[in-house]
Amino acid sequence: MSKRRINWYKYAAPANFYPLAGKTIPFFTVVTALLFVVGLYIGFFVAPTDFQQGESYRIIFIHVPAAWMGMFLYVLMAVYAGIGWAFNARLASMMATAISTTGAIFTFISLVTGSLWGRPAWGVYWVWDARMTSTLILMFLYIGFISLQASIDDPRRADRAGAVLALVGLINVPIIYFSVQWWNTLHQGATFTARSFKMAPSMLWAMLILMGACWMYSIAVVLVRVRCIIREREREAPWLTEAMA
Amino acid sequence: MHWSSLSEFIRMGGYGFYVWGSYGVTLILLGGEVLVLLKRRRAVARIAGESKIETRNQNFEAVIR
Repeated sequence: MSKRRINWYKYAAPANFYPLAGKTIPFFTVVTALLFVVGLYIGFFVAPTDFQQGESYRIIFIHVPAAWMGMFLYVLMAVYAGIGWAFNARLASMMATAISTTGAIFTFISLVTGSLWGRPAWGVYWVWDARMTSTLILMFLYIGFISLQASIDDPRRADRAGAVLALVGLINVPIIYFSVQWWNTLHQGATFTARSFKMAPSMLWAMLILMGACWMYSIAVVLVRVRCIIREREREAPWLTEAMA
Repeated sequence: MHWSSLSEFIRMGGYGFYVWGSYGVTLILLGGEVLVLLKRRRAVARIAGESKIETRNQNFEAVIR
C-alpha cells in the first residue's frame, strides 16, 4: 500500500471531477456492451424453458434488473440531492439531476415489461396491486422531480426544491420493496431470497449479468449527462473556458 | 441451444409479442436516451466552441482597435 492519501474531497469540485469522469466513460461503455451481450446470450440460448410459464418468463431478465435500477437510482438520486442541499455541494446536486432521467426511464421500462409479462402470466396487463401501484408512484415521483427542477430558473433553487421532493418521496422505496410481504398482491414475491434460489442457475446468472449491465449503463450515461450539466451550468467558469480554449 | 430454427426463436413458444415487445421497448428507450444524450453533448460542445470564437474575435477587435 502506498502512503499517498487520496483526497476524495478534491473530486467534489466540478473542475477536478469533469476530466476524471471523462476518462472513465469509455471503460463503463465497453463493460456495458460486454455484459449485455453475455447476459442476453445466456438468457436466450442457455437458460432453459420454464416448466410453468414457457418462454414468456424470459421477460424476467430485463424486467427485474429494470425494476431494481428504478429503485436503486431513486435512492442514489435522493442521497445526492440531500448531500447537495445539506452541504451546499453543487456537484452532488448535478449528479441527482443527471440520475433522475435514467431512473425514470428504467422505472418506465419495468412498468411496461411488467405489463407485457402480466398479460400472459395473469391474463391482464394491469391491476392496481400494491407493488404495481407503488412502482407507478415511483414513476410519478421521478416525473415530479424532473418537471419541478425544469420549472425553476435559478439552478441552486431548483436543486433545493428537487431535494425536498426526492427526500420525501424516499418513503416510497421501502413500500415498493416490502409491498409483496405487507399486502396480498398478485405480483409474485421476491425473485431471490437469502435462503433459496428458486431459479435454475443459468436463469439467475442471466438476470444478475443483465443487472450488472444496467448498472454499468447507468453509470456511463449519468457521467456523460453530468458532464453536459457541468458545462451548461459553469459556462462562465474560468477552469472551463481555459480548458476548452 | 434449444431453438431448432429462427422462426421458432422468433415465436418464443407463442409468447413472441410479449417477449420481443419487452426487449423492443427496452432497446428503443435506452437507445433513445443515448441518442438524445449524444445530441446534447454535441450541442454543449458547439456552444463552447462558439464562445471560444467569440472571445477570439473580441480579442482580435481589441487588438486592431
